[in-house]
Amino acid sequence: MTRDYRAMWESIGLDLEAHDQLLQALPPAYGSVYLGQDNRPAGMEYFDFVINEIHGLRIQELQEHKAEGGKVFGAFCVFVPEEVIRAAGGICIGLCSGIEIGSVQAEKVLPRNICPLIKSFMGFKLTKICPYFESCDIVIGETTCDGKKKAFEILNDYVPVHVMEIPQMKREKDRSLWRSEIHDFVSMVEEFTGNKITTESLRQSIKEVNEKRRALLRMSQLRTNDPVPVSGKDSLLIEQIAMYDDVNRFTAKVNELCDELAVRVREGKGVREPGAPRIIVTGTPMAIPNWKVPHIIESSGAVIVAEELCTGLRYFENTVPEEGSLDDLLDSIAERYLGINCACFTPNDARMQRLLQLAREYKADGIIHCSLTFCDPYLVEANRVEKVLKEHGIPLLKIETDYGQEDSEQLKTRIEAFLEMIR
Amino acid sequence: MISAGIDIGSRTIALVVLDNLDMVQSALVDTGYTPVETGRELVSSLRPGVCVTATGYGRHAAKADFARRVVTEIRAQALGVSHLYPEARTVLDIGGQDMKVISLGAGGSVEDFQMNDRCAAGTGKFLEVMAGALGYPSVEAFGRDSLAGNPGTKISSMCTVFAESEAVSLLHQGIDRRNIGRALHEAVVERALGLLQRVGYEAPLAFTGGVAMNPCVVSLLADKLKDRVWVPQNPQLVAALGAALAR
Repeated sequence: MTRDYRAMWESIGLDLEAHDQLLQALPPAYGSVYLGQDNRPAGMEYFDFVINEIHGLRIQELQEHKAEGGKVFGAFCVFVPEEVIRAAGGICIGLCSGIEIGSVQAEKVLPRNICPLIKSFMGFKLTKICPYFESCDIVIGETTCDGKKKAFEILNDYVPVHVMEIPQMKREKDRSLWRSEIHDFVSMVEEFTGNKITTESLRQSIKEVNEKRRALLRMSQLRTNDPVPVSGKDSLLIEQIAMYDDVNRFTAKVNELCDELAVRVREGKGVREPGAPRIIVTGTPMAIPNWKVPHIIESSGAVIVAEELCTGLRYFENTVPEEGSLDDLLDSIAERYLGINCACFTPNDARMQRLLQLAREYKADGIIHCSLTFCDPYLVEANRVEKVLKEHGIPLLKIETDYGQEDSEQLKTRIEAFLEMIR
Repeated sequence: MISAGIDIGSRTIALVVLDNLDMVQSALVDTGYTPVETGRELVSSLRPGVCVTATGYGRHAAKADFARRVVTEIRAQALGVSHLYPEARTVLDIGGQDMKVISLGAGGSVEDFQMNDRCAAGTGKFLEVMAGALGYPSVEAFGRDSLAGNPGTKISSMCTVFAESEAVSLLHQGIDRRNIGRALHEAVVERALGLLQRVGYEAPLAFTGGVAMNPCVVSLLADKLKDRVWVPQNPQLVAALGAALAR
């Protein structure tokens, strides 16, 4: 980090000793996973900088925003409509929870066998070592799974939580419920920030968030080329950073990177030789710093061309129409978010269709379904994915893992064998 | 043409040297605590310039040191088994800490495979621990004796730690250790059947890896499958053989 942020961390109540240990663990992991990659685009420099400053500069920006009376909203899910928060002058931060931390503390309030992401967020909160979490004035929860839904009740003991009800089906009555949830959310955000959301402020925030999505979609489109101009690991990193960086600056930096990638594509250059096996990963979100499986895949000679993940396409595919009245805009937001193919829905056929479409568009040689342990929605839905992919002759490898590293060698064997099989 | 395959596993290191398709040399040693050095010593007897292909958990470390190429154990097993039994359709490999099932295609290609997730449930390690818990001097003696066990005793846990305490509590209930032994072997076979189901088992099946030398597992497996189970003469050498065959 460029500066000493200890005074700031202390002022927001971090446990400095535990936080030091976390920061010591992160840079070596990042160095070995990221900095040694071949042919990295120069435009990755900004994102490396953001990671280097992960608990520094951005936290300082959040603190400045708060000092001016602004509110910070934390979220754990791509269903939380960032547009609404921004339209009321708030900042929306995706909280990461991608590392095993504070398990002992978390297990005081949670069962031992539970999704590692849920355990991680509880661990982060109870040990007070995430400056993002400690900067949040409120956390926006949702009902995408039972574990999170119930854990939010507990989290509410430590930080205010507003839970949005995500329907489990996509019928008209479900859409209507979700629209009313969006309207309730607007009222809550207005009251919490003290700022009224206007047609123009909402339109403006929709435009800004759409621009972020378009930049990410542009990056995705460039990855349909062979050779691929950017690695899957770098793309995932950018998609992870998308959730907490300053929206307009981030959009500009992704577009700069895309300009560079477009030149690479024109010149036929890439991060791998043409013909390297092309993999799509699908499944549960991979939060910072959970790069385990992508790192194994790309160290084994393959390249990831798309992430059908919440830290991936589900976050930025489909934009929100920018026209109409305040109510029209809110309806459009509701519609856009309900289009997300999360495994919390039944049935979720659109996800299968999307995977088939992605496999074609991205010329994928195989799909790796990667699910966190104890994530029933995705672990069970993997069977539907397998069925559909089999019918279409698309090779699939299913992986169930958590944030531990003890299965890395086994995963490596399975992934390498999968690549040998599809070559 | 001379080619060599070395399989650096969790328990043993196997070397196979082929002259065209004939095995002209083989070796099997304990992995010990310096696997790369042990492997390097094994191949040091080879003529310089012989292409060595490494497989097993130590394959990448071997490639960084002395081997020219790597293949996974999955592909190596498939190639090795197809060489020994061209008609085989499915491979079951139970080694020191892994259980793998491979569905074979034409010419030793891998159609599909399954591997146990993270823990060593139902592998060689499991049987070793259980042999110790029941007071057998070796896993060989455990396997032989368990053949004489009667059916009817059940071990419900597949976790090595829980199964051990379950076995011990059965001993305290006065149950004959041969019956407990049989139940533990049945648990391994159940685990293997589960994996076989997942790839869509087709006969004939070849059974490889160190656990294939356990007569109780082989016999229970054949009973359950109602099929003959092919066990090669040296089941621990099959991956090394496959590595030597890899092109």
